[in-house]
Amino acid sequence: MSNDDSRRAMLEKVMKDHGYQESALLEILHKAQELYGYLDKELLMDISGSLNLPPSHVFGVATFYSFFKLKRSGEHVITGCMGTACYVKGADEILKAVEREYNIKRGESTPDGKLSLLVTRCIGACAMAPTIIVDDEVIAKATKEVVLQRIKQVLGGT
Amino acid sequence: MCCSSGCAPLGAFKVLKAFEEAVKEFGVERECKVAKTGCVGTCSVGPAVVIEPGDFLYQNVTPETAREIVRDHIVLGLPMKDMLYGNKAFFEKQHRLVLRNAGKIDPSRIQDYIAMGGYSGIVKCLATMTPQGVIYEIATSGLRGRGGAGFPTGQKWGLVARSHDTPKYIVANLDEGDPGVFANRTLAEADPHAILEGMLIAAYAIKAEKGYLYIRSEYPLAIQTLQRAIAQAKSISLLGDNVLDTGFKFDVELRFGAGAFVAGEETAILASVEGRRAMPRPRPPYPANSGLWGKPTLIQNVETLANIPIIIQNGGAWFSKIGTPRCTGTKCFSLTGKTNNPGLIEVPMGITLREVVFDIGGGVPDGRTFKAVLVGGPSGGCLPDTLLELPIDYDSLTRVGAIMGSGGIVVLDDESCMVDTAKFFTEFCVDESCGRCTPCRAGLTRVKEIFDGITTGNSRMEDIATLEKSGVYIRDASLCGLGQTAPNPVLTTLRYFRDEYVEHIRDKTCRAGKCFKKEEEV
Amino acid sequence: MTTATVALKIDGLEVTVSEGTMILKAAKDNGIIIPTLCNLEGLSPYGGCRLCLVEISGSPKLFPACITPVSSGMEVTTQSERLTEYRKMAVQMLLAERTHICSVCVANDHCELQSLANQLGVDHVMFERNWTSLEIDSTHDFLVIDRNRCILCTRCIRVCDEIEGVHTLDLKLRGKDAQVIMDLDEHWGGSCSCTSCRKCAKVCPVGAIYIEGEPVSHTKHKDIAEFITERRQRKWKQ
Repeated sequence: MSNDDSRRAMLEKVMKDHGYQESALLEILHKAQELYGYLDKELLMDISGSLNLPPSHVFGVATFYSFFKLKRSGEHVITGCMGTACYVKGADEILKAVEREYNIKRGESTPDGKLSLLVTRCIGACAMAPTIIVDDEVIAKATKEVVLQRIKQVLGGT
Repeated sequence: MCCSSGCAPLGAFKVLKAFEEAVKEFGVERECKVAKTGCVGTCSVGPAVVIEPGDFLYQNVTPETAREIVRDHIVLGLPMKDMLYGNKAFFEKQHRLVLRNAGKIDPSRIQDYIAMGGYSGIVKCLATMTPQGVIYEIATSGLRGRGGAGFPTGQKWGLVARSHDTPKYIVANLDEGDPGVFANRTLAEADPHAILEGMLIAAYAIKAEKGYLYIRSEYPLAIQTLQRAIAQAKSISLLGDNVLDTGFKFDVELRFGAGAFVAGEETAILASVEGRRAMPRPRPPYPANSGLWGKPTLIQNVETLANIPIIIQNGGAWFSKIGTPRCTGTKCFSLTGKTNNPGLIEVPMGITLREVVFDIGGGVPDGRTFKAVLVGGPSGGCLPDTLLELPIDYDSLTRVGAIMGSGGIVVLDDESCMVDTAKFFTEFCVDESCGRCTPCRAGLTRVKEIFDGITTGNSRMEDIATLEKSGVYIRDASLCGLGQTAPNPVLTTLRYFRDEYVEHIRDKTCRAGKCFKKEEEV
Repeated sequence: MTTATVALKIDGLEVTVSEGTMILKAAKDNGIIIPTLCNLEGLSPYGGCRLCLVEISGSPKLFPACITPVSSGMEVTTQSERLTEYRKMAVQMLLAERTHICSVCVANDHCELQSLANQLGVDHVMFERNWTSLEIDSTHDFLVIDRNRCILCTRCIRVCDEIEGVHTLDLKLRGKDAQVIMDLDEHWGGSCSCTSCRKCAKVCPVGAIYIEGEPVSHTKHKDIAEFITERRQRKWKQ
């Protein structure tokens, strides 16, 4: 089974487990994003058909929630937490430093697709503010220097 | 050994491994058990390790010191005094009821929860109490919703119980979208069964058969912990078609949020569980009569639910004696910002802000001066030093323009700009607004634009009146709690820190040195 | 079968209406017009524009008349200094939110937002007005959507879903970024679901959705939803 077929089969299973119910749309979108990395129009149309929902309704739900991505992310994702505690402890300055260094704005990816810079509203590690997530690693009590260093490492392929 | 989302990024798992290896090395496996637990609350000095008996709390433990602790404390019986957490004051004024098991049990073992008396509450209900009796106890306790609004819990249950339509549902709210608050996360990671037992008792009282636990996707460890807890509860008949062989049916399903703060609003969470955009809707009809799929639904914050088992175990009258008469019990708070002791605390209602900020929090670090305390997150108020004697309870906070919210207390020092703070919170609400109603969607964005002008030197003195007028309108005319409370930071900073606004507009200066910076200076 | 009736006071006037009637309709049926924008008879109420907020004695809160049912002994106030101020704020906020230039708009003189502004005496906007550049879609044979004029009342979405039934229209994104979309945010011209029934243009209160070449005064048909609903129930009362 090709990679694509097996992913589609897994998605079908989840839809089936939920009885193809309209109310399972969020769960299905979560699974689809987990399997495919992001939700493109073809995928959304597929889900709309399988769950018997109007396409505009599915698109409306997918775009309402910040968690769902409709575009492919970069190879490496930097997520900055902009919760109150992190903001008070200087998270904005760290994000600005990353923006300047790689010439992208938050929410964007570098042209070569290697790096995306995202912002999330609070991951709940507030006592460890500011926190920056590089790929899946949470950098607690982050500083500009440590974060830029880590990104360099990650891009350097180490 | 705390393995919560707080200590984990600081290397908790490496330390855990070091403990396990050291215990083996010194051959004390039979005398010493190494276990993963939830959060003790002292987040800034993690990884945190507790040695029982004796309640010894070690701070900033590393894999190297782990071995030393095993060698000296466990084997030789000599606690390492200079490595212990020395701040007694942090714990002295706390009263850990909701977090009763946090740091004391392994959250991945239902046996631990049961050993601490867990699930005896639901057993008591099923064996000796009627649903009305249960509601009576909750009403007597005086418990009020911990999600923010503070609606009397017993009354809420009564409303849903009285509804004749079936089936009935329970929705446990773990959306905790307030940036800067991690109380619900900590509870779920440390003591997931407390939440499940609360749901069970509520289901018994209102005669619901299905519960949904709505949790944000940004909390992967909490999700994992809850999934395991639900599976374990099911395996010993505490959830399912025939709970403890009594014929009572109750099942819990997890539902995941997807990055929308507004989904924490009562009617928005219903829309989300129904697979739709999380847009709040006008009331009436109220969820108690028409909630999920038009059926009677009880929506309750998980902290509220965690109180239920102990109220049933010890009685409503016992609970009503804690806190203040109109505001009983305790409240969990995430204490963060410019404070010496950031972390998760639980205090009796009625404690003053001063006690929290200076006694528990240890004041402001680095020799700086206290400026303000933000209570209630982006829906809350920015309170000055003159209000430090204020007792923490729903009514006192509302009177000064703040709210209890889900429990965020952020301390600010003289390096923080109050105008920038109000702007930050307004920006947050603008981003999270669902877009349904004019005052919040269109109005709050105008407020944010005015702030952009104020912090960059493009404003006029008339803007202060515009902010005030808009804020009051948005508060009075918005459809849901998000819009109704979003102006609180603006209105309270205008009320208590007006001088800073004048300085920004008239003099183009920011006394905290935050605004008017050129790009390169950042 | 007779439904129970409810007696209440609206602006001092004693009125009696069927149980379950919304304050807005109870008032209208007794000659009292409460301003609205998102409400449309025949469609489910939305409660979003907040123009219809009224005061009810005994409560400090304000209530949207379109979605609040009457109750026995209720005393409603639909006109007051405070309510007028608040309605003016709502209109100003809408005018500032997107691009509203009446003189170059197809709906000039046939626009519910414009009439409301005139009625309330809104002669200036206290906020900086936004000049938005949201997508204008004229790919359909005759239907055009100019999102810069949209006030997000969702009448178009509701009429497409509740009356025509095809649900071509919905909203994407949220808050100030919310926009009306067709299908998967695609061009109207290529829509897989639109039936070209034009009801969206008929119910749009402003000049956001209109028919190319047709005077807006001709297109707009505020009663269409109520009309169809009643006929479907086999009611032909003129």
